[in-house]
Amino acid sequence: MKVLVPLKRVADPDNANKVKVTADGKKVETTGLEWKPNPFDEYAVETALRLTEDGTKPKTRAGEVVVVTFGPKECEITLRAMLATGADRAIRVEAEDDQLDGWLVARALKKLVEQEKPDLVLLGKQAVDGDTNQVGQILAELLGWPMATSAAMIKEDGEALLVGREVDGGVINLKVRLPAVVTVDLRIVAPASVYSKLTKADFKYNEGVRFAPLPAIMQAKKKPMAVLKLADLATDTALRIQYPRFEPPKGRAAGKKVKDVAELVDKLKNEAKVL
Amino acid sequence: MGNILIVAELAEGKVRKGTLSAVTFARTAAAAIGGTFDILVIGQGAAGAAAGVTGFGAAKVLTAEISSCKGYVCEHFAPTVAEIAKGYSVVVATATGFGKDLIPRVAAKLDAGYAADISAVIPEGGALTYRRPMFAGNAYGIAKLTTPIQAVTVRQSEFTAAEPSGGSSPVETVAAQPPSAGADRIEFLSFDQVKSARPELTDARVIVSGGRGVKDKFESTLGPLADLMSAALGATRASCDAGFAPADLQVGQTGKIVAPDLYFAFGISGAIQHLAGMKGSKVIVAVNKDPEAPIFQVADYGLVGDLFTAVPELIAGIKAAR
Repeated sequence: MKVLVPLKRVADPDNANKVKVTADGKKVETTGLEWKPNPFDEYAVETALRLTEDGTKPKTRAGEVVVVTFGPKECEITLRAMLATGADRAIRVEAEDDQLDGWLVARALKKLVEQEKPDLVLLGKQAVDGDTNQVGQILAELLGWPMATSAAMIKEDGEALLVGREVDGGVINLKVRLPAVVTVDLRIVAPASVYSKLTKADFKYNEGVRFAPLPAIMQAKKKPMAVLKLADLATDTALRIQYPRFEPPKGRAAGKKVKDVAELVDKLKNEAKVL
Repeated sequence: MGNILIVAELAEGKVRKGTLSAVTFARTAAAAIGGTFDILVIGQGAAGAAAGVTGFGAAKVLTAEISSCKGYVCEHFAPTVAEIAKGYSVVVATATGFGKDLIPRVAAKLDAGYAADISAVIPEGGALTYRRPMFAGNAYGIAKLTTPIQAVTVRQSEFTAAEPSGGSSPVETVAAQPPSAGADRIEFLSFDQVKSARPELTDARVIVSGGRGVKDKFESTLGPLADLMSAALGATRASCDAGFAPADLQVGQTGKIVAPDLYFAFGISGAIQHLAGMKGSKVIVAVNKDPEAPIFQVADYGLVGDLFTAVPELIAGIKAAR
């Protein structure tokens, strides 16, 4: 199976409370925050690796995993990190962040998919900076491919995938024949969430994404990294969404500490009046 | 400008309450652009469910029966929604799992810009702009869509469910369109429903939520308090990942976004991603052993202590105070 994983780097999500809206409201500054791969996209890479291996022999790839990102040269650090965990090659599409919206990324990815001809496009359900959740859906429509969003389980079943989607009130189980677009949710990296047809059903992965050992980090420097221009993939570069301004959130003042449960009950009843 | 189309979500033959948040959006937006709104009820059993939304002031309620698949499969719903939405300025749904899956694909069919999970609609000179949370709610973008048709999902916790306005909207049946290209490669197998006698997280007036500190004692420790308060149970990502609570209960940036009148946080440290899902709550109560836990920075009432002793005391105290 050949899997294409589009990914995005984001400002460190564990310090998202340190982003600042500039005084003129024109920008959200992330200065001082480290770039990290979007967690959901990192899970998509892990999912792609699991789908192209026997879990007991993770060094041998049954198929190919190609990672792609849109951004300036420094994004290659993120791509190299993914190559070190096991992806085979990388593509960087030269672009500035403010030239892009989800729609444009989806249009460019459509062209790239036509060139690369993957069996599966796997990506995170959303990037945790813009918090939009749209690229997978738009891409599927542009390609005329079936899609499954918010996947928490994927099992290879012959030429198809069995996918469990996390939705309100439970899990929708779908059978999807390739080629297809699948976006992944948090629990896709649980120990028993993803099985290729090579991996035995009683095999358990470690929780979370795999780490790259030092030799793999060195080898990743030699793996292929292609650079494309955005104009090679998209002729219509107009944005469908614009942000003329930003606003900081309303702060929430810390309340008071109560000394015991009796005081808490008293406050809830007589001050907050919520009992 | 034009009119607004609401896509209603069905569950068990009825329109889900979450849809009423999109109605609230549509009332404001329609007034701002001088138009009206219609409600599209789509799915299996749509005609039977339509009566549930005829009293909200829609110019029309449209029903489209989807019989080409079982359950909800985007490829079978999106073509019909898009075909109908062609005649409107805005197509909107509530940002539930259903809306977030369907609306971007409808947008793609219509070449429409998409404003996801908005927290407010702001009329500006006869046009609409949309306020939406970004960076886990640590910044808000004021978004403008540049396309003739606009696609929107609205955050349920920020748009209060619409109250009925009386009257009775006429109901019209519309034909379903053939499924999308690629629909022959996708098949609905089953829906594993999580059954609970408690209210849904997004509808509950009170939420009793637990973090890793609750360990595997969710039901035995927090269940009695939830029942006493007619509350929904909630959980953090860590406790869902550890299998202590079902995934469906996760509150946070990428789980359920909630804003109840009262939110209890037991053994929850207050990771940014969790705070993003609950800091709109009116009153927040936190109980945690660690006095430095970030949850105390957003809590109206904080108690430093062991939740396993505090919860039973709280149950007794609330019973006595009522």
